[in-house]
Amino acid sequence: MPEGNADIIRLNGAEKHFGAVRALGGVDFHVGPGECVGLVGHNGAGKSTLMHMVAGTLVPDSGKIGVHGDTEDNYSVSRAQQLGIRCVFQELSLCPNLSVAENTRINHASLRGLSWRRKAADLIAAKLDEIFPGHSISASDIVGDLSIGRRQMVEVARAFTVTQDRLDLVILDEPTSSLDAHTAGQLLAFVRRFVAGGKSCILISHVLGEVLRNADRIVVMRDGKVVVADAADAFDRDRLVTAMGGAEARQKIAAQIAAAKPTASPLRVRARPAAQKDSTDLVACAGEIIGLAGLAGHGQTDLLLAIFTAASRARAGIEVTAPVALVAGDRQSDGIFPQWSIAENIGIRSLARLRSGVLISPQREAELAALWQKKIGIRTPDMNNNIFSLSGGNQQKALFARALGSDAQIVLMDDPMRGVDIGTKLEVYDLVREEAARGRTFLWYTTETEELDNCDHIYVFKNGRIVANLRRDELTEEKIIQSSFGDAA
Amino acid sequence: MRPEMTAASLDTAARTSAERGALARARLLRGLLPALSLALVLLAIAWLNPRAISYFGFSLMLNLAIPIALATIAQMFVIAGNELDLSIGTFVGFVGCVTATWLKDAPLIGAVILLGSIGVYALLGALIHLRNLPSIVVTLGMSFVWQGLAILVLPKPGGKAPDWLLGLMAFKPPFIPFPIIAALLIGLIVHFGLMRTSYGVILRGSGGNPAALGRAGWSLLKTKIVLFALAGLFGVLSGMALIGITTSADANIGNGYTLLAIAGVILGGGEFVGGRVSPIGAVIGALTLALAASPLLTFMHIPPDWQVAANGAILIIVLAARVLISRKER
Repeated sequence: MPEGNADIIRLNGAEKHFGAVRALGGVDFHVGPGECVGLVGHNGAGKSTLMHMVAGTLVPDSGKIGVHGDTEDNYSVSRAQQLGIRCVFQELSLCPNLSVAENTRINHASLRGLSWRRKAADLIAAKLDEIFPGHSISASDIVGDLSIGRRQMVEVARAFTVTQDRLDLVILDEPTSSLDAHTAGQLLAFVRRFVAGGKSCILISHVLGEVLRNADRIVVMRDGKVVVADAADAFDRDRLVTAMGGAEARQKIAAQIAAAKPTASPLRVRARPAAQKDSTDLVACAGEIIGLAGLAGHGQTDLLLAIFTAASRARAGIEVTAPVALVAGDRQSDGIFPQWSIAENIGIRSLARLRSGVLISPQREAELAALWQKKIGIRTPDMNNNIFSLSGGNQQKALFARALGSDAQIVLMDDPMRGVDIGTKLEVYDLVREEAARGRTFLWYTTETEELDNCDHIYVFKNGRIVANLRRDELTEEKIIQSSFGDAA
Repeated sequence: MRPEMTAASLDTAARTSAERGALARARLLRGLLPALSLALVLLAIAWLNPRAISYFGFSLMLNLAIPIALATIAQMFVIAGNELDLSIGTFVGFVGCVTATWLKDAPLIGAVILLGSIGVYALLGALIHLRNLPSIVVTLGMSFVWQGLAILVLPKPGGKAPDWLLGLMAFKPPFIPFPIIAALLIGLIVHFGLMRTSYGVILRGSGGNPAALGRAGWSLLKTKIVLFALAGLFGVLSGMALIGITTSADANIGNGYTLLAIAGVILGGGEFVGGRVSPIGAVIGALTLALAASPLLTFMHIPPDWQVAANGAILIIVLAARVLISRKER
């Protein structure tokens, strides 16, 4: 076998689509022996998809995978295991009902026979001792009883255990996200020792300093493509951030919003995230569009939901002075009533106004629907058709119509434009600005930085807290990335 | 440097050994709960009717405990894979009818039918996995199929158990009543198979985190088939044991077992999802139910009309105690 200097894994032209969404568009990627490759990129840049392909859990739509110099046609998880490629997935993949030793057994088909329990316990205990000295985890602990950090330690240690299969490459996807500084340091030191021993690692982290300090080579992904790949020495923080965010200047829709803004409009929302330690508040006044930025899942949705609850029931730390409507991000599970027509889906938030006596007036419902069909441009021959007769973008428009057609003066948007085509997006942006000019308040959580250009004020979230508070004229993508990845802050 | 990390390390430091000790105690308490509830029922019986606590008393009171324990174990295998079997009761009835007819008159054909029915269970597991169907729907449908087949095999009550089966179930060991020995054996064997063997770990893992198991290269189809086949096997054993005790069969004989079996698993410390089951707990749960079902209530002079309701009340009390303890665990 031409093993000595062959790449451990090489992907050529890997492509992957999920429905209409392109997750990976022709990526070339390789890892050689004895190197630690850092992989960075924004949410949805395609890092996880790429890693699933390397680990064999996803099959590319097109492209070639080669391992140890040989082309693999039927690459799968078990094949990857045989070839010595393991992955520590971001979502924990331990069974909470099993003990640490039993979870180790799951990854090693060869741990069988009468003494498998002792063998498994010894194996994982030795590896935990090696990576995290002083860890205080017992092999007989039930995983469900361990703290999230300890679970991550077990998960990482398990990936490095060896029985009969070889081990050449370990993918670490955000391995330090739940570890404290001390254990994270232990892990990264171990990774350096592992790589020095001729093995390889892929390190994915949102903590850029970690990647810069520990990787030999850094690959930057953006929009499903590799944009830069270079030796780690060739990068510094700023170059990395620029590569991730795209340096090209975008023209801004700025002028029209930033220009004339009534300074003393009434307060609509004042809210403080539950995890906020200082006294930073999110403040929204009438006619403002407020952006909630930062990496996905850092408390933006939680705050929106808290504000939504606070509108009907008083809650400490949150002040809401007008009716609220929410536009859900996951429209299939949180937004749409699948059995209902488009008109019914729009009218549900405004039932009080549509009522005549105790019944809903079909006529008023149809009027409301017709008004918004025209205003927001829902493309359908008949608003009484089932909501699923619409395309995804038009379904989302119907949900906007539901919120905007209601009496709500505050509209919460939970990343509603995910997976929506650009044409629809631009139409909705216009509508949002128009409605804001009429005095409505928008709280807009988005993972797409371009959308923040529509906002008057941007709050950046990290770990459930507001970490930055930017006016629209201070907004640059670098600033947002800097604060959401703020490890050196 | 990283403020959230200091917070995290404080958090870790706060989880001292004392806290983990508390967790272990709550877990132990929860593990002991099935045994405690059994002891409570036994104490109540001893207090109401001291003469019942004897070799013959137990033989009599626990007479039907063996088939209930076997059906509970069958249900436990299904629940271990995050599914639910609503057909186990009528399946036990079907097996009973086959046992009282074919197995006695033409043992070979009878055995083939029973083995085939285990195969049907395995296929159901495959179907539920491959088509991603809700097991409740599939097994609810199957419950009518088994019931219909049972009526076809034995249109009216009757038949007779094979002699060897009668002999086995009438076995009277010295000192310890047979049902207790049988319950111990069932509990220990299944405990070893599911909790101690290396493949048992995979079976339980398929309930705990199926995605992780798939990523580790295990076949979820196979685990589901194995779990359902084991449920079928223990359903067959339950039906045979039942006929060995009652000596003749009836197409409706097992109908009550579906809910008894589910209650037994939960009473024994199992949970509907997450692969958390306990074979020994399930057997104890079945014994508790068998005792609470009629002996205790009869001794309490509760009229038969009210016994079903009283049985339900006992279930609610024990399960509520379990929830309280689990809440402490969090």
